[in-house]
Amino acid sequence: MSLFEKKISELHELLHKKEMKVSELVDASFSRISEVDDKVKAFLTLNEEGAREQAKYLDSKMGTDEMRGLLFGLPIGVKDNISTKGLRTTCGSQLLANFEPVFDAAVVERLKKAETVTVGKLNMDEFAMGSSNENSGFFQTRNPWNTDYVPGGSSGGSAAAVAAGEVFFSLGSDTGGSIRQPAAYCGVVGLKPTYGRVSRFGLVAFASSLDQIGPITNSVEDNAFLFQAISGYDKMDSTSANVKNQDYTAALTGDIQGLKIAVPKEYIGEGVDEDVKNRIMDALKVLEGLGAEWEEVSLPHSKYGVATYYLLASSEASSNLARFDGVRYGVRTENADNLLELYNHTRSEGFGNEVKRRIMLGTFALSSGFYDAYYKKAQKVRTLIKNDFDEVFEKYDVILGPTAPTTAFKIGAKTDDPLTMYANDILTIPVNLAGVPAISVPCGLSNGLPVGLQIIGKAFDESTIYRVAHAYEHATDHHQNKPQL
Amino acid sequence: MARITKEEVKHVAKLARLAVTEEEAEMFTNQLDAIIGYAEQLKELDTDGVEPTTHVLDMKNVLREDEAKPWLTREEALKNTPDTQNGLIKVPAVLE
Repeated sequence: MSLFEKKISELHELLHKKEMKVSELVDASFSRISEVDDKVKAFLTLNEEGAREQAKYLDSKMGTDEMRGLLFGLPIGVKDNISTKGLRTTCGSQLLANFEPVFDAAVVERLKKAETVTVGKLNMDEFAMGSSNENSGFFQTRNPWNTDYVPGGSSGGSAAAVAAGEVFFSLGSDTGGSIRQPAAYCGVVGLKPTYGRVSRFGLVAFASSLDQIGPITNSVEDNAFLFQAISGYDKMDSTSANVKNQDYTAALTGDIQGLKIAVPKEYIGEGVDEDVKNRIMDALKVLEGLGAEWEEVSLPHSKYGVATYYLLASSEASSNLARFDGVRYGVRTENADNLLELYNHTRSEGFGNEVKRRIMLGTFALSSGFYDAYYKKAQKVRTLIKNDFDEVFEKYDVILGPTAPTTAFKIGAKTDDPLTMYANDILTIPVNLAGVPAISVPCGLSNGLPVGLQIIGKAFDESTIYRVAHAYEHATDHHQNKPQL
Repeated sequence: MARITKEEVKHVAKLARLAVTEEEAEMFTNQLDAIIGYAEQLKELDTDGVEPTTHVLDMKNVLREDEAKPWLTREEALKNTPDTQNGLIKVPAVLE
């Protein structure tokens, strides 16, 4: 068995018994990267020197009582919109091709406290806008299951790196499905936490009322370990929720007797691939066999999610991305004779078309004369979508369905029409609008590509999500399917 | 009827500080028109009396004491700045 198929808890034990050194783990990660990353292209920047130095330092702590970190010595990859001090952070944009943060994001500080080793930064759609990594300003990350296919997005590099066994786990961010959809496409486990559960301090903002950082891993247990390390209140983020953190690994009991599952008819209806639907029905049978009950329900405003999301997220982005003007940081244009030209040309040369499109859509939706008809209207529909979830959660413990309506698509298949691409996020977007947590776990293959099962929970009830996901994973062997590279 | 005209796209680009060529303005007009057309479906819904959601957590202003704390040094703050002079950020002329 390859090192990268081991669970975090097993590796932790090997390190504690001194049967393995941190530097061996870090070497294994870099040698796998040099073996397969030419094909997968998950990494934008490698931290080889820093990681090896950190490994040496951690090795010197082995066997002493200084060896305290929850994730001691484990190599991790970090999405490139999360600030890493002294380590290039581009957000997948040419505009930030030379940007080296001068501080760590709160989650990176927490990783340091947990004593992980950051091996590099992972590719993404520019500023997290996209579902396929085709919008990266640098290069295309490919799906390890079939390199002609997209890995999903925007955290495509984060999901592909874990699936390809380049790192044990990674961090992604999710604004409309950007952790769960690539996790589904690459056959790994990805959690979008409750809004406010993980600090956004140092996450480059896309849509501030929707963005959340979350863990991408090989197994549910690993996911709970990483989530434990990064979650919890942070006074540096004014939207961080001051809610008590839970012991997530304690939730992995395998017991889901009497659990009440809601399956929205909108999530298994029109537009959802028949084979994807069949995998979800298979999963429901497994959960029934474990003592859970399920019923069909309705989230009647689901179909309005995509339109609502694109108006709101783009409006927030148009404001958040105003800071990229070439004055204080980033790649400044060389074609400017005055300040206005400096702004205009820096942004036009640095941003790709999807980013420009969304900035313009957002500027339009917020502009005088259109604000009420688009922005405010979308905020009201957001309330209706959130109410749909509240109603279902009065009677049920979790909501279950596919993560995406299809499996991964071929590179280039949807680039001509932005709307076809947006429709891909129809089952993940409502979760961000409602602010609730959800996980994607592998539930089998369709034509050789992974299908993701989405489990949605109540706000701040990640424990129940983990309990269900773990029980399911334990009863099946889908998570043991690995791509052959 | 077009939901957004090429002139409006150029105006929005100007507001957003984006330089667009004539061909780009054409492309964005077509694409934005389709996206806005798609968003029109929200008009089917009666939202009279529905409160807008700006934020899912029921949080009001988060306040703290206004205390001075060490943060970035000037050198750190200017580390990524494309052009500086005497510890200040340098830009082209603002006024002619």
